[in-house]
Amino acid sequence: MYLAKIYVTYKPSILDPQGEVIKAALKRMDYVGIEQVAQGKYFEVKLNAKDVDAATAEVESFTDALLINQNTETYRFDLSLVPDEVDV
Amino acid sequence: MRAAVISFPGSNCDFDMLYALQDFGVDAEIISAKQNSLTGFDAIFLPGGFSYGDYLRTGAIARFSPIMSAVTQAANAGKLIVGVCNGFQILTEAGLLPGQLLPNATPGFICDEVALHVANGETAFSSAYDVDETILIPIAHAEGNYFADETTLNKLEKNGQIVFRYVNNPNGSAHDIAGIMNEQGNVFGMMPHPERAVDAVLGNIDGQNFFKSILSGILTKV
Repeated sequence: MYLAKIYVTYKPSILDPQGEVIKAALKRMDYVGIEQVAQGKYFEVKLNAKDVDAATAEVESFTDALLINQNTETYRFDLSLVPDEVDV
Repeated sequence: MRAAVISFPGSNCDFDMLYALQDFGVDAEIISAKQNSLTGFDAIFLPGGFSYGDYLRTGAIARFSPIMSAVTQAANAGKLIVGVCNGFQILTEAGLLPGQLLPNATPGFICDEVALHVANGETAFSSAYDVDETILIPIAHAEGNYFADETTLNKLEKNGQIVFRYVNNPNGSAHDIAGIMNEQGNVFGMMPHPERAVDAVLGNIDGQNFFKSILSGILTKV
């Protein structure tokens, strides 16, 4: 079984008001070095696939179809092989 | 005229919409998002609310509910499709309208009554308003910030697809967009709630002409 760790963020051109609010708060807390804060989404998806290529294609397909809105969001992901879950 | 009001899990303005339609003598009924047919309806309304808890993104899960294939089919057949608030968000996620509704530029839920400018008074959704009329319509949303890329925005402007604009932009929407329609002019979405402004007892009837526009359009066609 594969584990996909998927990181979704706004495209750089998109205003991220929540990131901006967090940045302003960090500055008020005297973290003077803060340059930029981007708030995104993180998903962990476990899936069965015959090999790493099939798993990659599957992750790309469902991420484009549902997890992101391609108007404004982009993503990257890490894929790893994990032990199958055993029903107890 | 027969109208369907789609009820998604988490819709909360479905009965407001039903009430408004019935107030105008429309034969309207609530249809569950779990259904998969909309045969026999002249107009389909996607109401406001928090479908599927607004999980993931507003409208993102709702667009895959069983009823949405029927909505897409009806849209392609030229039926009137109207999305208000969450309904607008669902229509953009489904690709039936261009763009996307992002979180408000100043984060948070806005509940207010705002002035709208009738940008195009010659549509199936605005023909009963005077050109350049300013109307007052309630808004209630946290994700109403309309976004589309420059090419799309230019196309919307050029084709007259922008139907309503905010007079004082409350949420950061590009080009002050409050409501748009598709190129064919039969699919429409807006963030403000005209169905909450149809009854004099509630102090605002500026939404009445929205429903009158839709009715007169459909009655002329039939």
